[in-house]
Amino acid sequence: MVLSERDNRLIAAIQSGLPLSPRPWAEVGERIGMDEEEVIRRVRALQESGCIKRFGLVVRHHELGYNANAMVVWDVPDERVDAVGDALGRQRCVTLCYRRPRRLPHWPYNLFCMIHGKDRQRVLDYIDQITEELDLQEIPKEVLFSGRRFKQRGARYR
Amino acid sequence: MDDIDRQIINRLQGGFPVSERPYREAAAWFGLDEAELIRRLRRLLDDGYLSRFGPMYHAEKLGGGLSLCAMAVPEEKFEQVAGQVNAFPEVAHNYARDHQLNMWFVLATETPERIDEVVEEIERTTGYRVYNMPKQKEFYVGLRFQV
Repeated sequence: MVLSERDNRLIAAIQSGLPLSPRPWAEVGERIGMDEEEVIRRVRALQESGCIKRFGLVVRHHELGYNANAMVVWDVPDERVDAVGDALGRQRCVTLCYRRPRRLPHWPYNLFCMIHGKDRQRVLDYIDQITEELDLQEIPKEVLFSGRRFKQRGARYR
Repeated sequence: MDDIDRQIINRLQGGFPVSERPYREAAAWFGLDEAELIRRLRRLLDDGYLSRFGPMYHAEKLGGGLSLCAMAVPEEKFEQVAGQVNAFPEVAHNYARDHQLNMWFVLATETPERIDEVVEEIERTTGYRVYNMPKQKEFYVGLRFQV
C-alpha cells in the first residue's frame, strides 16, 4: 500500500489513542480536516494492508500483575524453525514470537519468544511445560529475565 | 476491577470495530450500553491498567525500520552506557537482562537504512559492539494477556 499524505496525517492523529467518545472517527476527522466516512475508509484500508496490525487496547502488563517477563531464545535448526515458531506462538503466555538472525560465534539463537507470568518461578515452570509438550528438549535455549527498564516510550510514527 | 472489566480487557486486546459507533457495537458484547463501556475504558486508562486504546502499527509497512539490538556492557559502565544509548531518539525501549549480552533495546527509525547508521553511531559513541538482530519472520501469537 502506498501511503498518501492524508494517510500519514491519520496515522499520526490516532497513534496515541482513539478518542473515548461516541463518534470517535468523526472527532479524529475534525482534527485533521476529513469527514468521518473518509477516516473510516482509510483506517479499514490500513488494516487490510496490514499497516495496522490490530486495533484495540494495549495493556500495561506490570499493572495487571504480570511481573516477570522472560525472553526465551532457542537455537533451532533452520529447517525446523518455522514449525517451532508457529507452535510456540499458539502457547498461552507467549506474547511475541520472532525469527531473528544468529550472530555467531557469540549468539547462536535464531528464535525469540516473550513469556510473561505473575512471577519468575511460574514463568520457569511454564517454559518447562512447553519444552516438554512441544518436544523441544534437544533444542539449546536460554532464558533472559528482564531487570530494570530504562526507557519505554514505544515507537513514534510521523 | 470486576468481572466485566476483565472481559473487556481480554476481548478488546484482540480487536475493535471500525465503524461509526464502535463503542456501542462493542458494548453489546458485554451487555453494556455505550456510555458505560466508555466510562469503564476511561477508568482502566486512568488507573494505569491500559497504556492506550488504539492501533498497533506495522513499522516496516509504514516505511520505517525496526530492530532488536543487544550489547555486552561491563556492570560498572552500565549506567553511563544506558544514558548514552537512551539519548538516541531512535531507541524506543531499553531493558537490562541477565546475560552476558545485558542491554537490550529496540530501534525504531523513519527509514530502514537508518537502522545501520544508528547502530554505527551507537558503537562509535559507546565503544561497544552492537548486535543487530532485525526480525526475519513474525509468528502469529494467538492469546494476549488474560486477566
